[in-house]
Amino acid sequence: MSMLKIFDVSGSAVSAQTQRLNVVASNLANADTVAGRDGKAYKARQVVFQTLMMGEQTSAGVQVSNVVEDNSPGRKVLDPKHPAADEQGYVTYSNVSPIDEMVNMISASRSYQNNVEVMNTAKSLLMKTLQMGQS
Amino acid sequence: MQRLTQALDFQAQALTLRAERQRLIASNIANADTPGYQAREMDFASALAQATSKSGGQGGQAGVGAAHDAFDSTPLGLGEQTNLIYARHSQDSIDRNTVDLDRERASFADNGVKYEATLRFINNSVRSMLDAMKSPNQG
Repeated sequence: MSMLKIFDVSGSAVSAQTQRLNVVASNLANADTVAGRDGKAYKARQVVFQTLMMGEQTSAGVQVSNVVEDNSPGRKVLDPKHPAADEQGYVTYSNVSPIDEMVNMISASRSYQNNVEVMNTAKSLLMKTLQMGQS
Repeated sequence: MQRLTQALDFQAQALTLRAERQRLIASNIANADTPGYQAREMDFASALAQATSKSGGQGGQAGVGAAHDAFDSTPLGLGEQTNLIYARHSQDSIDRNTVDLDRERASFADNGVKYEATLRFINNSVRSMLDAMKSPNQG
C-alpha cells in the first residue's frame, strides 16, 4: 500500500509546520520583552527545515533539523524612567520583527493547510481503493 | 485464467504507478519550505511503458500449463531503475528550493482524478467479468 506512506510524508510536514508556528508564537509573545539585568534580551528564533528520506526515493518527508537564534542586536529605546534602563537611559528590547513573524505565520499556516488537504485526498482515494470490486 | 487477468494487469500497473506519483507529489508539497530541496517528477508514460513491458512480456499466448508460471511475482510499480526526473523550475528562489506549489497542487488534483478513473475501470471490468460468469437464469 504505497499510498499509506503519504500520511507519513504529509504528517511529518504538518508537524514541522506546527513547530514553525510554535516558534513564531514564541517570537510574537516575546516581541516586547525587555532585557534583564544581564543585558540579554530575547532573541528571535527560526526553525531550519531538512528533507527526511523515508525509505523509498519517492517519499521525502520534512524534519526540523535545528532552531537557530537571530543574533542581530535588540531594539534600543530611550526611556530613562523605565526600571530596566541602562546608564545612558536606553531600554533594550528583543530583536523580534513583528512583520517578519506575521509573514512567517501566514506562510506556515498555508503550508499546513496544503498538507492537510493532501492527506484528505489520499484518505478518500484509499477509501475508494478499499471498495474495489464491490459495488 | 490469464485471459481474464490480463485485462486487469495493465490497470493494476497503472493504479500502482498513480499511487506512487501521488506520493511523489505529496513529498514535493511537504518539502515546499525546505531549503535546497529539488522537486522531482515522474515521467508517467515511460514508467508505465516500462512497467507493462516487464509484466506483459512473457507468454502473451500462454496455455493453461504456463499460466501458473506467468502468474508469479512481477512486482508492481516502479522498479529499481528509476524514472524520476527533476522538475523544470519556473522561478529561482533564494533558498534553491525548486517546488512550484501551484503546479504541484494542480498535478496532485489531476493525478487523484486519474487514480479514481483507473479504479473505476478496474471495477467495471470486474463487474463485466462477473456478469459474464453468471448463468442466464440467475437474473
